[in-house]
Amino acid sequence: MVTLKEAAFGTEVKVKRIGGEGPVRRRLMDMGITKGCTIVVNKVAPLGDPLEVTVRGYELSLRKSEAALIEIE
Amino acid sequence: MRTIALAGNPNCGKTTVFNKLTGSSQRTGNWPGVTIDRKEGRIRGVENTVLVDLPGIYSLSPYSPEEIVSRDYIVNERPDLILNVVDASNLERNLYLTVQLLEMGVPVVMILNMMDLAAAKGMSISAANLGRMLGCTVVETTASKGTGIEDVKKALDGAAKVEPIHQTFDPSVEEAISKAMEGIRSDLRPELRRWAAIKVVERDERSSDYMKEGFDPEPIIKALEDEYDDTTESIITDQRYNSICDIVAGSLNAPIDRNKETFSDKVDRYVTNKWLGLPIFILIMYGVYYIAVQTIGTMGTDWVNDVFFGEWILPAASDWLSDAGVNEALSGFIVDGLIGGVGAVLGFLPQMLVMFLLLAILEEVGYMSRIAFVMDRIFRRFGLSGKSFIPVMVGMGCGVPGVMASRTIESDRDRRITAMTTTFIPCSAKLPIIALIAGALFGGSAIIALSSYLIGIVCILASGIILKKWKSFVGEPSPFIMELPPYHLPSVTNTVVSTLQRGWAFVKKAGTFILVACALVWFLSSFNWSLEMVDANESMLASIGSAVGFIFAPLGFGDWEFTVATITGLLAKENVVGTLGVLFGFAEVSEAGEEFWTILAGVLTPLAGFSFLLFNLICAPCFAAIGAMRRELGTWKATGFAVAYQCLLAYAVAAIVYQFGLVILYGTVQPAIIIALIALAVLAYLLIAKDPFGTMKAKVEAVTA
Repeated sequence: MVTLKEAAFGTEVKVKRIGGEGPVRRRLMDMGITKGCTIVVNKVAPLGDPLEVTVRGYELSLRKSEAALIEIE
Repeated sequence: MRTIALAGNPNCGKTTVFNKLTGSSQRTGNWPGVTIDRKEGRIRGVENTVLVDLPGIYSLSPYSPEEIVSRDYIVNERPDLILNVVDASNLERNLYLTVQLLEMGVPVVMILNMMDLAAAKGMSISAANLGRMLGCTVVETTASKGTGIEDVKKALDGAAKVEPIHQTFDPSVEEAISKAMEGIRSDLRPELRRWAAIKVVERDERSSDYMKEGFDPEPIIKALEDEYDDTTESIITDQRYNSICDIVAGSLNAPIDRNKETFSDKVDRYVTNKWLGLPIFILIMYGVYYIAVQTIGTMGTDWVNDVFFGEWILPAASDWLSDAGVNEALSGFIVDGLIGGVGAVLGFLPQMLVMFLLLAILEEVGYMSRIAFVMDRIFRRFGLSGKSFIPVMVGMGCGVPGVMASRTIESDRDRRITAMTTTFIPCSAKLPIIALIAGALFGGSAIIALSSYLIGIVCILASGIILKKWKSFVGEPSPFIMELPPYHLPSVTNTVVSTLQRGWAFVKKAGTFILVACALVWFLSSFNWSLEMVDANESMLASIGSAVGFIFAPLGFGDWEFTVATITGLLAKENVVGTLGVLFGFAEVSEAGEEFWTILAGVLTPLAGFSFLLFNLICAPCFAAIGAMRRELGTWKATGFAVAYQCLLAYAVAAIVYQFGLVILYGTVQPAIIIALIALAVLAYLLIAKDPFGTMKAKVEAVTA
């Protein structure tokens, strides 16, 4: 299983499934990370976490632990 | 009277729209039960209309307090109309809230804001198509420039006639929704029934509120989940976003070029850069510290305290009262008790306003969320947010604006922990105590000051680790999934309005408490039990001090003078030095109390002096800071817990340092070392155990049951 945490910087990836549960999962989906949408990982914060990604045309930051819940193709 | 709710995502320009529509008619308050600002105002030029500003939200899920507040408001208060502000340059995610609002059956006017940014992104949107597909009136605006605001007012009247369109889901989802609708309580408004049925299908935590008794939706949900091999929550979210994509595609005159680099992308290449991110952060923080603590902020506060109250108001008031022949007790009460108390409230205002202004600018520009992004890695271990850095830093100048600065932290838990721990860092009013102890007992060694700051930081971090486990009090951690909004120039109106509203909220919420508490301590320290006016060493406070002084004996300072000084420190921490001076027989002492250094050295060993210093640094802050904590924590009960925690921690730290210090330095073992050992064991347990508070609660329940 490949997740967003392992995605290479700057390449477009497609979301296959969102793991996790409760508030985290719901929040990821509410922010527009849904099945089939495309995400680009732009960069990582200076201290190595969190990540900055582009989804649905805007910039979102999320921790690696949350990125690990997002399965990609 | 017509009620209109203003709803929208964070960073969509909602505040600007609100300010432009309502002007100076705003009133602020709190949503019931939560520390979220509630603002309302009258729309200028529109009769009989109240505009209620809902918190900035991305969705109407049942998880965040902002979302719950908004949802309850729409369900229970039923506004006549919802004004939905939408960032046109970020259409897909913004419309996700819009379709949920439309689902709730209230007529919607969409304010398609930030049209200038959308144009800069190369987007050309057909407002008419958008409105037709969604079933709402759409008005184009660029609120930051004031464009389109009059059109919004004009659109209000016809809007109620436009029927909201419910988006349709796939046939099998629709079938499940209509089955669930049969289980919806019959007393729920017809407009809300479809919405409630969707909530039931989604397994929304609070959907049972809308269901008929005995209705079991589980078979309906299960069938749908089996068909799609996914949870209903994601099926519905996915389909919502899919239909939004169709709507966006249908309303764009040309497709968006997503590879175009925006202004924000260019700025972020430096600001959140791997190598430059931290240096830029430090530079900006130094700038904030320099302005709020080192220069303008502190100068303003000093001026209000020393010149405005010290040289003008107080002398004028006492002259006037003595000319008028008012007796000494009453004039003492008015001058020292009342005016002193008012001074304690207003004295903090200049620095606070400077602080709020800087915060408002950082928020408006968009840098605040970058701070959280850059610093999250370090702070989250301690139950704090990257944004906790600012409260603590400002707290070095004064804990009151420091505590108030925690308001910018979105996560409830992080904000509460920050508000409770910020005052551990020595503020400038604690510096005279440090100077007194260092000067009188340690030959002026700089190590005392340095260790005070270090211990303050350790207390903050250790408390973060402890408090984040106390879930029933501080709440659950919230996920760190945060938008990094585009940078833009701050609006003068927004920053000024936000600064003044926050300042006024402090005066209103904390003012009464500070005033009463200051007057009470003044009263206790100026009168004896026969209500005669006496010096502090014969006052009620002195006898209270002698009665409870034994509590501090295990910390090495059981003499009543130190207890009394600690209590007067609650008025303002610098009072500790002045009170000790008075109690040791000096009417007036310098700031660091040089006059009685030799006396102090005769009464306290250096170790006991250090323990006294530690206790005063960590224990309950001054009344003004407690008032500020009350504002951020929401209730007096929570504030009481917080102050009790601070005092217990102070006691534990001072006991450990004093008792173990005795053993190490002098080889003396006192019986009270038991207290230090217990304190150490408890602290270690709280720091190491995974769920100490849950375990304790279970034990208590087991015993009582």
